[in-house]
Amino acid sequence: MTRALATVLALCLALGAQAREAAPAADDPVLEARVMALASELRCLVCQNQSIAESNAALALDLRNQVREQLRAGRSEAQVVDYMVERYGDFVLFRPRFKASTFALWFGPLILLAAGLVLLFRRLARRRRTGEAELSEAQHARAARLLEAGRDRERR
Amino acid sequence: MTDLAAPASRLRLLLPLGIFVVLVALLGVGLTLNPREVPSPLIGKQAPAFSLPQLRAPEKTFSTTEMAGRVWVLNVWASWCIPCLQEHPYITALANMKIAPVVGLNYKDQPSDALAWLERNGDPFLLSVSDIKGQIGIDYGVYGVPETYVIDQRGVIRYKKIGPIMSDTLRDKIVPLIEELRGD
Repeated sequence: MTRALATVLALCLALGAQAREAAPAADDPVLEARVMALASELRCLVCQNQSIAESNAALALDLRNQVREQLRAGRSEAQVVDYMVERYGDFVLFRPRFKASTFALWFGPLILLAAGLVLLFRRLARRRRTGEAELSEAQHARAARLLEAGRDRERR
Repeated sequence: MTDLAAPASRLRLLLPLGIFVVLVALLGVGLTLNPREVPSPLIGKQAPAFSLPQLRAPEKTFSTTEMAGRVWVLNVWASWCIPCLQEHPYITALANMKIAPVVGLNYKDQPSDALAWLERNGDPFLLSVSDIKGQIGIDYGVYGVPETYVIDQRGVIRYKKIGPIMSDTLRDKIVPLIEELRGD
């Protein structure tokens, strides 16, 4: 009898625990939206191409709970991000921060594009200056010879 | 202008090849890197302090402050972790060398499962502590069990290995580092 009671009690507790797990989404949609927005900015280190919002790895779940608890405790988004970076490094951020070591990452493509445009315009300007390609006397003569040879071959 | 014999023009022709070679070299280096091994921001920093119940004696706690002044190794393991079995002989070998105490952090595990695992495979640890919810694991930036940390006398993390320790890591990295830190 006591065993049966204990089983029922354990089941209820288990159900209660599950209900608590699912509750946050329902009781505070604003908080949950903030949690998911922040979680989608953080990389899951177990499955690296997913954010901790998308991933169902155990660690992603833990980190999501961590984000939720900290936001609920009144910490700001920036504080939570710092907390994650302190532990897992810059790699957790899908959008790397601006700093000396990420300068090339942020501006590299822009610099390459600018360099390409400069090269292109310089080349175009030079072509405009030279105009049509002009042939020297010798080149004219050679072209004439080649054309003549071609015509000879056709006639044959 | 179209004179190919001029050295400057020939150089210009070689330029794309040069860029290509550099690109291939960079990509080649990229292929040899392991994206799973993220450099830990904790190296060179103070190891996060914790106080947790001991696995074999839950009424007693173990605190990182007890290790002050000693070089020690923290090994994160779990009974559900397959690679932990793979590295077990090497953790055992390290513990048997008696150059540094090896403390186990039993991560997100049931104590009963963990004890059974130690029973089956042998217990090389000075002691293990139970981090059932994985909170200390988060503080240490654990994401791929097993992980191993070498912590110096001042409590600074000097080395971190993500994934199982193999004989080469033990021989070439961990043992020399411990000996260096101990000043042997």
